[in-house]
Amino acid sequence: MPNDVIQPIRRLLIANRGEIARRIIRTAHDSGVGTVAVYADGDVGAPFVTEADTAIALNGRTSADTYLNVDKVLAACERTGADAVHPGYGFLSENTAFADAVDKAGMRWVGPSAAAIAAMGDKLSAKRIIEEATVPTLPAIELKAGEDLGAAAEQIGYPVLVKASAGGGGRGMRVVESSAELEEAVAGARREAGAAFGDDTLFLERWVTSARHVEIQILGDNFGNVVHLFERECSIQRRHQKIIEEAPSPALDDALRARMGEAAVAAARQIGYSSAGTVEFLLDGQDFWFLEVNTRLQVEHPVTEEVVRLSRTAMGRQMVARLDLVREQLRIAEGEALGYTQADLGLDGHAIEARLYAEDPDRDFLPAPGTVVEWSPAPGARFDSGVESGSQVSQEFDPMIAKVIAHAPTRREAAAKLARALEQTRLQGLRNNRDFLVATLRHPAFIAGDTTTDFIERASPDRKRELAGQDLADAITAAAMYAQAKRRALAKTLNGFPSGWHNSRMPPERTTYRIGDDEIPVEYRSLRNGSFAMRVGEDERSVVVCGSERGEVDLEIDGRRVQMSVSALGENWLVHGPAGDAEIEELPRLPVPGALDIKGGLTAPMPGNVLATHVGVGDRVSAGQLLLVLEAMKMQHRITAPFDGSVTELHVAEGDQVDNGALLVMLEEQDVV
Amino acid sequence: MPVLQSRLDTRAEQYQKNRQEMFAKLELLDELYEQAAQGGGEEAMARLKSREKMPVRERVAHVLDPDSPFLEISPLAAWHSHFTIGSGFTVGVGVIEDVECVILGHDPSVQAGAMNHFNSKKLMRGLEIARENRLPYVQFVESAGADLRGGGGRRGGERKPMTPEEERLAFERGVAESLRGSTGHFAESGRLFYEITELSKMRIPTISVVFGVSTAGGAYQPGMSDYNIFIRGRSRVSLGGPPLVKMATGEDADGEELSGAEMHTTISGLGDYLAESELDGIRMCREVVRHLNWRKLGPGPSMPADPPVYDPDELIGLVGEDLTIPFDMREAIARIADGSRFEEFKPLYGPTLVCGWASIHGYPIGILGNNGVLMSESAEKASQFIQLCNQIDVPLLFLHNITGYIVGTDFEQRGITKNGSKMINAVSNSTVPHIIVICGASYGAGNFGMSGRAYGTRFSYTWPTAKIAVMGPKQQAGVMTIVQRAAAQRRGLDFDEEANAKRVEQVEYQLEEQSKGLFATSRVADDGMIDPRDTRDIIGMSLSACHNNEVLGTKEFGTWRM
Repeated sequence: MPNDVIQPIRRLLIANRGEIARRIIRTAHDSGVGTVAVYADGDVGAPFVTEADTAIALNGRTSADTYLNVDKVLAACERTGADAVHPGYGFLSENTAFADAVDKAGMRWVGPSAAAIAAMGDKLSAKRIIEEATVPTLPAIELKAGEDLGAAAEQIGYPVLVKASAGGGGRGMRVVESSAELEEAVAGARREAGAAFGDDTLFLERWVTSARHVEIQILGDNFGNVVHLFERECSIQRRHQKIIEEAPSPALDDALRARMGEAAVAAARQIGYSSAGTVEFLLDGQDFWFLEVNTRLQVEHPVTEEVVRLSRTAMGRQMVARLDLVREQLRIAEGEALGYTQADLGLDGHAIEARLYAEDPDRDFLPAPGTVVEWSPAPGARFDSGVESGSQVSQEFDPMIAKVIAHAPTRREAAAKLARALEQTRLQGLRNNRDFLVATLRHPAFIAGDTTTDFIERASPDRKRELAGQDLADAITAAAMYAQAKRRALAKTLNGFPSGWHNSRMPPERTTYRIGDDEIPVEYRSLRNGSFAMRVGEDERSVVVCGSERGEVDLEIDGRRVQMSVSALGENWLVHGPAGDAEIEELPRLPVPGALDIKGGLTAPMPGNVLATHVGVGDRVSAGQLLLVLEAMKMQHRITAPFDGSVTELHVAEGDQVDNGALLVMLEEQDVV
Repeated sequence: MPVLQSRLDTRAEQYQKNRQEMFAKLELLDELYEQAAQGGGEEAMARLKSREKMPVRERVAHVLDPDSPFLEISPLAAWHSHFTIGSGFTVGVGVIEDVECVILGHDPSVQAGAMNHFNSKKLMRGLEIARENRLPYVQFVESAGADLRGGGGRRGGERKPMTPEEERLAFERGVAESLRGSTGHFAESGRLFYEITELSKMRIPTISVVFGVSTAGGAYQPGMSDYNIFIRGRSRVSLGGPPLVKMATGEDADGEELSGAEMHTTISGLGDYLAESELDGIRMCREVVRHLNWRKLGPGPSMPADPPVYDPDELIGLVGEDLTIPFDMREAIARIADGSRFEEFKPLYGPTLVCGWASIHGYPIGILGNNGVLMSESAEKASQFIQLCNQIDVPLLFLHNITGYIVGTDFEQRGITKNGSKMINAVSNSTVPHIIVICGASYGAGNFGMSGRAYGTRFSYTWPTAKIAVMGPKQQAGVMTIVQRAAAQRRGLDFDEEANAKRVEQVEYQLEEQSKGLFATSRVADDGMIDPRDTRDIIGMSLSACHNNEVLGTKEFGTWRM
């Protein structure tokens, strides 16, 4: 392909899924490029599949069988006549063989050359190459077979980080505080790395406890032009995965920014980098160390897009434009030169991105796949989401629901704007980290810019926010009134009659709701004027239902107008109002005896596979004893006995697939003699 | 269908006066409803609660579909008697699993659900409503048996407490009333069980939830039911309880083994479902109704069911205490009929009776309303109208404000008795459902002609202003004076005008009191006193209940032209 000829891409295959597939499709279509999606079985209903011009089924359930399967993806390219492939992030995005195969098949690879990927893919060798460009690096030791683990760790000094050489996304990564944990951590990381990347090479690296994670976005074309698009800071992490990212970093002044930018550009030039990439650094004060190069578009690229401005002179006038990194990637892949230099690039304001995950902050952020029953993004922020109401977050893939990005003139305003947008967003039906994100964004330490990788442990923002007081009473009122209106509308007999009409005096309508551990009795009585005299817990209120249809309820509560959205999920009501989301369980009026809770029953905390069972019926167990192991989301979960007793029922066997909440084991409490 | 034009002047002095008078009555009514809802009173309620038992209203509220309407029948029975207001019994038409049912039961908070002649009358009325309208029958069984003490429980409706002497007299009278009322003679009793069986034969399912003791004859209440739900540790059903068994056979019987729920559901088979608690029994009752595969035989509402154009609140000022002041029944219709639409029949003929077609809650209906005394022409018009409605299977609503048929030589010669008979004939042999609302007066044969309680009327209600009697109290007292004066004359005796005046006053007062709607409603002579503003909804619910059965007019004759 001659360098001076621009070859437009006509049909771009996106070898990815979820929000990034959607995001690439959006830019491709905006740039006049047709799109092809590929999808795994579980993604058949996902929005990106229908938003692409064409979508090809990869016929498989697991990553390995679908998005990681080079042959299947290449076959989809051939079948659809795609002339370019965008790998997104993760999956095959840093797979040299795939990039190479795409190139050999005569298609454009929207990303750096296979050679650059290969050079940077192995984190150990990457460090060596980058060192040559006089960029500082952290000490590291590869763990070859037979390596004396203890000695290696001692050499680096605790705490050490066990890292997969082929890794990314926090997989196969462990922080080890002392020698006692070392062996288990290495074994676990090796297993994870092997499963996730097909390569279980590990290395040890110095772990800088309170460091900041700062990365520089770089962009290079095929003509040797390289610029950096300033930094992002991604210090707020949980389970070694970023959850809040921002640009610019509050820790950088212009001088440090320039130094780090130059180091990143130097590193990129060292490997002849083209397309978009990221050079990651650890920062401690004014010192920074090279970590790795991500030879792909980053998850957090939107914060860069939000703050970077390109100044140009066109037709004698100064123009300021934003950059769309996917568009830049496509342009570069089509053979265009960048067309601007570092001097043309500047920053405007501050952007923060928060990653919404289907996970349980109360349980160490364990993935919590399920159905996004209600999804309605709030105004005021950019949402890069992979879901719509009704979408599944499957246990097979990353449980990210959306990235939410707010841009404002200052960091403080961006944080406030993002927190409000998250709070006002309707996201219901599955556990998620939204409340935690909001609490983090509003945390004084965060607002003060004190964001290091151990922020969560240090600041420990609230992980869950429960509605209380009037907000809670309003949410319950909305659920009760909506349910009431719906019952009246659906009644097959006498539905034209006023709600709860009696000619004499009958007891009020009564319902009990449960929020967390609290049971809140509610009673109401309809009055002749159409209003309801209501009691929520101890709170008496007069309620007028101004409107109630299609999940929206419009109430006047003691002369205060409140609009809320309500939908049903099993026995629960999902309420969304100005104070945020609430999930309220309606207790049955006439409970079936004994059906409520199975005493002593242990249930699956999430959908997954039964990896091993360690007990049988009749076994005596003591509190804390391991009963069985579940594997879900590529992680192992130990189900242990909560008390001393004996196993009366065992409902699963090794290899079984279980749903969230499935009964696994029944125990009978007994004193161990 | 034309929309009625109201001429009601809401600023008129009479309207305002009526309104004040009606509101005073409604206030009393509200107070009485509240008293009735208290059942056996706070202490009894607390005692019940401590035993994890519910008063009957709570039981009924739990079995009903949430937010669904409930029409209670005769809620003020036994007012101003020696029994607790409401008579310790609740009966009504309510919706269970989208099926309209008759639901009834004794209130354990009132003398442990003892039977008296007021609540026996309500129970029989409940059975009648189920039978006539073909409504599934749900009974909540728990009764201590006949109340041999003749009341004496918490009373309602008194204005001042009774003196001990009054209390004693009341008690004695109560015992007498109770015995006379409940069983004229034992040989006549037991109709209840016959009626439950008859419902079953008519393919009207009968369901019993037994919440407590149901012994002796009471055992046949579940005995005759199609479905029996017994509650563990609560239901006690046997022909004789342990004391009687001991007396009869010398056996020392254990209550649970003799009559308990577990025994009946596992050994005797008298019980079909074993519930763990009252709520569980109610839940099972709903499940049973759910499987009944219930289909109403009458047509569903077929007309637009928009509310009246005129505010039903204005019914409050339509009629006051003084029933001699006339009002136009069209003003009532304009506040009851869907969209205030009313197509009047023969408006120019026999104008003292308004006849015409409308719809209420979407059900087509023929309305007959009094606008004065019944004349030959109005009686003939009524006969023709009733036959026309029978021809097209349209139910009838009678709005009473009737002092009677016209009397006098001229009218007799022109056949008022004959024409009145035609009307009573038409009413008697009409087979479409009849519903009556007594808005004002309902005297003498006027009550009969307007399908009074005795005329196979499906539902009858009274406004608080209503009076029901053989004739107006003044007229009746006057008639007595004339008759007695004539008798004195015949015997050549002096007629003591002064004594007579005193007697007339007394009689008039007594008749006035007894003619009042509240008296009628307390004696279960209607289905309840209603707030005029509820009229449309109550008729609508009644009509909907009626449509569980076929709605068919008589086919015996063509329509006679009158």
